Amino acid sequence: MSKDTLFDKVWDLHKVSSLPGGSDQIFIGLHLIHEVTSPQAFGALKDKNLKVKFPGRTVATVDHIVPTDNQSRPFKDNLAEQMIETLEKNCLQHKIRFFNIGSGNQGIVHVVAPELGLTQPGMTIACGDSHTSTHGAFGSIAFGIGTSQVRDVLATQTIAMNKLKVRQIWCENKLSHGVYAKDLVLHIINRLGVKAGVGFAYEFAGPAINSLSIEERMTICNMSIEGGARCGYINPDEKTFNYIKNKLCAPKNENWDEALSWWKSLKSDANSIYDDVIKFDASKVEPTITWGITPGQSVGINQKIPLLKELSPNDQFIAEEAFEYMGFKPGQLIKDTPIDVCFIGSCTNGRISDLRVAAKVLKNKKVSQNIKAFVVPGSEKVAKEAKIEGLDKIFLDAGFQWREPGCSMCLAMNSDKLIGNQISASSSNRNFKGRQGSPSGRTLLMSPAMVAAAAISGKVTDVRDFM
Amino acid sequence: MIEQFQAPFGPILKIVGKTIVLVGDDIDTDRIIPARFLKCVNFDNLGKSVFEDDRKNLKGKHPFDLESNKGSSILIVNSNFGCGSSREHAPQALLRWGIRAIIGESFAEIFYSNCISIGIPCYTLPKKIIKNIQENKNEHFYEIDIKESILKSKVFNLDLQIKNSSKNMFLSGKWDATSTLLENANLIEQKLNDLPYTKFNQSNELFETI
Repeated sequence: MSKDTLFDKVWDLHKVSSLPGGSDQIFIGLHLIHEVTSPQAFGALKDKNLKVKFPGRTVATVDHIVPTDNQSRPFKDNLAEQMIETLEKNCLQHKIRFFNIGSGNQGIVHVVAPELGLTQPGMTIACGDSHTSTHGAFGSIAFGIGTSQVRDVLATQTIAMNKLKVRQIWCENKLSHGVYAKDLVLHIINRLGVKAGVGFAYEFAGPAINSLSIEERMTICNMSIEGGARCGYINPDEKTFNYIKNKLCAPKNENWDEALSWWKSLKSDANSIYDDVIKFDASKVEPTITWGITPGQSVGINQKIPLLKELSPNDQFIAEEAFEYMGFKPGQLIKDTPIDVCFIGSCTNGRISDLRVAAKVLKNKKVSQNIKAFVVPGSEKVAKEAKIEGLDKIFLDAGFQWREPGCSMCLAMNSDKLIGNQISASSSNRNFKGRQGSPSGRTLLMSPAMVAAAAISGKVTDVRDFM
Repeated sequence: MIEQFQAPFGPILKIVGKTIVLVGDDIDTDRIIPARFLKCVNFDNLGKSVFEDDRKNLKGKHPFDLESNKGSSILIVNSNFGCGSSREHAPQALLRWGIRAIIGESFAEIFYSNCISIGIPCYTLPKKIIKNIQENKNEHFYEIDIKESILKSKVFNLDLQIKNSSKNMFLSGKWDATSTLLENANLIEQKLNDLPYTKFNQSNELFETI
């Protein structure tokens, strides 16, 4: 059993009681909601005649269903309009802060909360979205919950949960030039598998993690859930504190000093005990791309898609399914796979630093013929900053479409979808069957830089050739 | 699909019904209920759309379309079932189709906790035994004894695994956690006041109760 890790400390701090069944009642410091997983929770409150206990501890935005081409209201899609109206109504009725379209602070919930300074070390954060693990990049303990638990948080500010075990993922050395956080996390998931994290919180640590920017750390923690871990986190450091400082909701003046002194005390002890420790050498990671239908099915750009016999017996079943769905052959190179659509965005890689990296690759280049390429900033703030820096122009000049903020084709709940069996180069987080809106659509996950490179050459390409 | 939907309520002591077998590892929640069906403000109409894309693909041959599986309520799956998105729409769709319990090699964590919250017990069995059940077309299971964690057929019984905390919730009827959590209202208030960050975020209007 783990002891004295950051996870243990934050868990113990937020434990309200031990419940009769054996789980713990955990206080949720920050609750984030959006339009998809909250309406039924508000409905359940109404059915039970309950109020929102601490409305100030819930913050809302709208992201999953928003169109990225024309955001004028009412939305063209009646169902999408009904969902945003329901969220507006619920927030108004329950006095919950709502960052709506046009507020300047709308965007993907996991992009918005950190950029507002809402996400802070030592907090527990929950949201009806599996990528809530993103916030762990700040040393908070953050996890996705279902709608029934959204109801519980609204009604009680707590949830019932079994304490997780803690696995430390220690990353030695540094990522090499042209290799990014996305590549590292895809590599880790490939080695550990998509279900190794079930029952665990992942603590990402080591020199390679320390050297990452906060936004890169968010990419790592974001994808913990793709490795099965509901929660992923990184011990906070000076970079964390500097990122939060002066943000809209960051503590100010003497409160800042008080916050800082507490945050500095928040880390896993040098002699803390983990349930498991696994080591990686980050310098050995190549640009990594998925070839299959789970985020664990990936290879380095210069590697071949594995033969069945090279996989463990447990992975062969899903690999066969992936070969059939993707149309790839075992032993084939992933490099030079022709691409139809390029998508840059999502809570994994839709932040300003992601757009900067992609724009750098695209500068003075053109998107290959017949490629549909579009970039969806993670938030209104990201879009604004990108415009100030002239990134939008670089994307547009290259032949990318510049869209409005939202989740977009990561899960294709709006009109941004693959058509037929199109194949996408995508900076998002899931390559599940049908994930990007077409039941036979195919997704290759990669870093934003690699998506940019694929857009230029029209096929899977090593971005390092452009550097 | 069952005619009149009745959500589980109160203590769950046994689950009666046929088993339905679904083969495949890492079946994610996007497959259980594709994202386009998440455009809704209640869960009422999800039952008919469960596995929509997989079913279309198999043109009537998907287990959820087979005549012989109609009325089934115990779903048998393989490993890491329900991985991916946290959407509760996935277990809600299964529940509305008629599923009342799931037995598999392993489950994704958020999916598991969503199932428990809406009254669907999820049990695990070793890979080999799951395979035997999936391949043995002649053996029909028909009841789960929640207290003893046993899956019963006419010929023999199988011991199932489930977290004690989950089992106790079903037996006591307290699997819908809200009321249990509310019992500690005082402790919750106290916790809020004790948290270090409550203080230094106090002047922050976003964290003030309006």
